[in-house]
Amino acid sequence: MSFEPVIGLEVHAQLLTASKIFCGCSAAFGGEPNTHVCPVCLGLPGALPVLNRAAVDYAIRAALALGCAVHRTSIFARKNYFYPDLPKGYQISQYELPIATAGVVELQSRGEPRRVGIRRVHLEEDAGKSLHEGFVDSDRKTYVDYNRSGVPLIEIVTEPDLRSAADAAEFFSRLRALLVWLGVNDGNMEEGSLRCDANVSVRPQGTTPLGTKAEVKNLNSFRFLQKALEHEIDRQIEVLGGGGRVVQETRLWDSAAGRTVSMRSKEEAHDYRYFPEPDLPPAIVDPEREQRIRAAMPELPEARRRRFVERYALPEYDAGQLTQTRGLAEYFEAVVAGGAPAKAASNWIMGELARALKERNTDITSSPLGPGRLAGLIALIEKGAISGSMAKDVFEKMFATDRAADAIVAAEGLAQIDDESQITGLIAEVIDRNTDAVAQYRGGKTSAFGFLVGQVMRAAAGKANPRRVNDLLKRALDT
Amino acid sequence: MTAEPDDSIAVVATVRDVRDLVRSRARSAVEVCRDALSRIAAVDPHLHAFNTVVADRALARAESIDRDPDRWRDAPLAGVPVALKDNLCTRDVRTTASSRMLESFVPPYDATVVSRLEAAGAVIVGKTNCDEFAMGSSNENSAFGPVHNPWALDRTPGGTSGGSATAVAARLTPVALGSDTGGSIRQPAAMCGVVGLKPTYGRVSRYGLIAHASSLDQIGPLGRTVHDVALTLGVLAGPDPADATSALEPVPDYTAALTGDVRGARIGVPRALVEQGVDAEVSRAVNLALDALKWRGATLVDVDLPHARYAIPVYYLVSTAEASSNLARYDGVRYGFRAGAGRGTANGTHGTAEAVPYEGAPYGAAPCDLKSMYAKTRARGFGPEVKRRIMLGTYVLSAGYYDAYYLKAQQVRTLILRDYEHAFTGTDPVDVIAMPTSPTAAFRIGERAADPLQMYLADVFTVSASLAGLPAISVPCGFTADRLPVGLQLTGRRFDEATLLRVADAYERDTGWSKQLPPILSR
Repeated sequence: MSFEPVIGLEVHAQLLTASKIFCGCSAAFGGEPNTHVCPVCLGLPGALPVLNRAAVDYAIRAALALGCAVHRTSIFARKNYFYPDLPKGYQISQYELPIATAGVVELQSRGEPRRVGIRRVHLEEDAGKSLHEGFVDSDRKTYVDYNRSGVPLIEIVTEPDLRSAADAAEFFSRLRALLVWLGVNDGNMEEGSLRCDANVSVRPQGTTPLGTKAEVKNLNSFRFLQKALEHEIDRQIEVLGGGGRVVQETRLWDSAAGRTVSMRSKEEAHDYRYFPEPDLPPAIVDPEREQRIRAAMPELPEARRRRFVERYALPEYDAGQLTQTRGLAEYFEAVVAGGAPAKAASNWIMGELARALKERNTDITSSPLGPGRLAGLIALIEKGAISGSMAKDVFEKMFATDRAADAIVAAEGLAQIDDESQITGLIAEVIDRNTDAVAQYRGGKTSAFGFLVGQVMRAAAGKANPRRVNDLLKRALDT
Repeated sequence: MTAEPDDSIAVVATVRDVRDLVRSRARSAVEVCRDALSRIAAVDPHLHAFNTVVADRALARAESIDRDPDRWRDAPLAGVPVALKDNLCTRDVRTTASSRMLESFVPPYDATVVSRLEAAGAVIVGKTNCDEFAMGSSNENSAFGPVHNPWALDRTPGGTSGGSATAVAARLTPVALGSDTGGSIRQPAAMCGVVGLKPTYGRVSRYGLIAHASSLDQIGPLGRTVHDVALTLGVLAGPDPADATSALEPVPDYTAALTGDVRGARIGVPRALVEQGVDAEVSRAVNLALDALKWRGATLVDVDLPHARYAIPVYYLVSTAEASSNLARYDGVRYGFRAGAGRGTANGTHGTAEAVPYEGAPYGAAPCDLKSMYAKTRARGFGPEVKRRIMLGTYVLSAGYYDAYYLKAQQVRTLILRDYEHAFTGTDPVDVIAMPTSPTAAFRIGERAADPLQMYLADVFTVSASLAGLPAISVPCGFTADRLPVGLQLTGRRFDEATLLRVADAYERDTGWSKQLPPILSR
């Protein structure tokens, strides 16, 4: 029997607000432990949460980009459980009425389009961080850092619409790119600002009832996500194939061992005793606010990709590459706005610029070479003022020094000799000095032509326009 | 046993008197403060109204007021000594909620009401005893021992703001703050013969009030006169950006509402509700009070609150559910009490403060696991009533029971609110609804301790206004044959404390109840 995996993801994304979701403390990553804290995010007796409007706006922006319906009224709820990094003994989250529901993300899966439903997007606060390692007494103690406590998160829950580990990884990668594009999340999985859990089950191919699922946690890179899911799918198929039953449980991805291990069974699962948070009134989003956020949304990657194909006649591949990040797309359009032909701009950005940025371990948003400068370089090439190979040298110098292309060309005498009388003069000298070769050419030995071109180029110190040299030399020899 | 009661500022003076004396510089704030402190020193050992007295801090504060009379010339509470229920956070002053759990907890911040009182010129003299985490009806649930009613030392002052009611009744301070979740200001006010107001939910910021049940908790004043309560409410009330449930409603001048004129006022009486289970002496006092209001020109109207009889079960489902969550933070990890092996506890405010002694095995013993640390801490740190309610509330919210208990209770809560709305805005609308505050006068310490249910049932008249979020006041309306005070409760429309205060004040003008001294002072 062959089995079909069924996967749904739960993604936690930290919102890029300046302050925390329920107090004024900085939401920035890092900082000395327990320095971004106050009575509210430490859960001191008597302290009360006040909702950060910016966090709601960011959540709405993400929800709209995911095609969700944003709810006029959403309710905060308490999720009750004990853990040292949870200072109030409950997490303020959303349960029955989240901020948004019912969205969809479109995806290419093995060349086929696939729609992944978004069940819900809800707002919640992050917990602090338990530090189990790195202290001299870590064998006996756990320290807790509450800087992260109260940092705003959205949880994005998909429908069980993914059918392979690769699909899941592709979806997560697309989701990450979208959240970063929107400016609501920094996409930094190492720092934990984007985290992913997966619900996985398998069922016999062609059947519709869902199998018993396991929740797999700790999938904090695309690679881990894919490997963990592949492993978990294989494990479940093996259990079923051997006549066993999959048990509902939470499993943890052990990246060192390369397998998932049981963390807690259904019986041990928490009863979170959700109930509406009495300290916070419902979050109200009126239509004007939603409209204002919608109007201020950046053009989304898919729309931009299509526009690049239609308006700039770019190949699909180029358009796809240039819309990987918002920074890249904006850079491209700025180069084009600076007068460069679209395809030339695309080639330079994806070629020399991408290589140079990668070498310096930086990205397009902090490129030392601005789009106006690159457009200037491309203009010189288009005019024929410099050759392609010269352009690469000029590019390197521009990248290193932030000088304009024409300034470098002028200062270093790199301008291409394109002037007909100048080239004709050089040709005349070469013909005079190389009578043998000229005779051989005229006698039908065409290989002599290449030698003569080389002589002209040498006389021009390499700066003559080769095509022009070619044409003029041919004309001079043939007449 | 008491210190020259006749000469004392506190005995003769109301909030207004003290404030006027200080403003006119007839008395210094320091004199007033010393008077209050010496009275506390002399009388409180018999009452145990205070958990903490901050004499030095209070005197320093009074001195600073005396040094700068210009600044405090118009301050509504200039130099007025105030006692705060010990569940209101005070920066650098121990705030215990009368629990072992917070016995040495020192907040790094002031509750909003504390800042507002101090901005109005008040001098905080101490923190008053109460039921642990404001759970109870008798003040017997304090981890630090009960409070004694100044009218009869073998009786409770009611609860949970029993220390605050006692402090005012015994003239230790002219005014005190309490908190009311299901009657915790009104019931002790009634039992101690003082005025106590629970404002509309949202009228006063809860920021810094150690939460019992967040959708019910409200801070309010207790004073000897309606005027003092009105004056103090004016200082406390108004929106607070630190409390998302505080209301934006404008705050009127409450003292200006005290016209003495209740002609045409319509006072609803829920006869069906008050017919049964009320002590005959209490009924008599309340009926006489209603007659007095009628004589002043008010009209008595029968009203029906058909769902009020469900208020007790609804209240104990909603409040325990919220409490079980609110008290989860007392886990021994960050501050407060920690039991069991393992070394020390962070009792500070920023996660990594100095270690303080803890109960259990000596330092250096083998560390215990997290779960047993939680279990021991909460088993030893909380008293029996608090644990009972945490268990009830945890049960109420559990998977499979939520709909039957919590959700159903919230639905009935809505019906209770609709009953009131109907009474206030229906075909025969009333301005206030009157009933006894408590079905009995103060009971003896220990009398009901063995039967929590009986204790719960005595909250019958106070909990429905809490569930409906409505303002309610208890004003003294006489005494039983044993010289125990009786309270009249008036419940008003949302954010219409002014009408409540006007009716209560008009009634008070015709009576001398507030001028009676408890025997502990006249002995």
